[in-house]
Amino acid sequence: MRRGRLIVGGLGVLLVVAAFAWACTGLHAFGHGTTRYGEMVARATVPQRAATNAVAAVTFDFRGVDTLGEEFILFIAVIGVSILLRSLRSETSEEETHIAAAGPRGSEFSRWLAAGLVGPVAVLAAYIVAHGALTPGGGFQGGAILMAAVAAIFVGGEYVVLLTIRTSATWLDIADALGAAGLVVLGFGGLIAAGTFFQNFIDKRTSGLLTGGIIPLANIAVGLEVAGALLTVVAELLDQRLLSTRT
Amino acid sequence: MNAFLAFVLTLVGVVGLLVVLTNDPVRQTVLGGVLSLLLAVVFFAVQAPDVALSELAIGTVAVPLMLLLAIGKIREHRAREEEMRE
Repeated sequence: MRRGRLIVGGLGVLLVVAAFAWACTGLHAFGHGTTRYGEMVARATVPQRAATNAVAAVTFDFRGVDTLGEEFILFIAVIGVSILLRSLRSETSEEETHIAAAGPRGSEFSRWLAAGLVGPVAVLAAYIVAHGALTPGGGFQGGAILMAAVAAIFVGGEYVVLLTIRTSATWLDIADALGAAGLVVLGFGGLIAAGTFFQNFIDKRTSGLLTGGIIPLANIAVGLEVAGALLTVVAELLDQRLLSTRT
Repeated sequence: MNAFLAFVLTLVGVVGLLVVLTNDPVRQTVLGGVLSLLLAVVFFAVQAPDVALSELAIGTVAVPLMLLLAIGKIREHRAREEEMRE
């Protein structure tokens, strides 16, 4: 019986390995070869969209609908986490909701380092969101980096600030929803103003940070959504943590 | 492929194997963060700075933080269950 299964399983594995090796023979050499779509995007980005970051032009303009779908995957995932963890919250009894005044603390050095990092990391996050159409980065990266700033607070063990974050879970939810809605509004803006969903309908020639039409606006919406989503999850998890720490 | 990229890709393979072979979830989380850091270097070396930034922020900060919080919660839960049993 066991022998039979091994033979059947082994045959399957061999087949997959052979098919995979065969598929790999048709690939370009590592680091070589361009696709037609890639070349078209590289040629169209600057003249047509006035954005120097081709990746942002693809995700927020040429393929904006794909990004909208991804946006809602994250949105729904966060709703799932919130529902799961909030139902757990109601299970814990009243006496357990007593919150520890001082939580676990790191070494003095790590606390100073973390405290010093919070400000610069938050500024970096805003910079990356604002320059999404021009330089590498954008809403998703910036939003995630903003979460890193909050992670630095956690490492610093500043429970007072974290308690504020915990109670501001509603506001984070709202930021999450506003960001997701903002991208939908931009999509419908294209439908209304230019006749196609996610058509870039704003003047792209504006200089500075506003270059690229809807791309910088979409970056801000996505930044808001991602930061709100990730911070909601962290806030819910911290809430669980605080519920169970008793002095 | 240049020598630097070959070196980092080899490191990715080694650390990836270490992540799989580690049994302790906390150590696994930290090693996973190191793996993400190396992957970010790889993405940067093949001229994909956007992906490198995402990998850096999600793989080395967001995922380890969430995992550690979840592991802490599970351990407390187990400790309490044992307390109740005694």
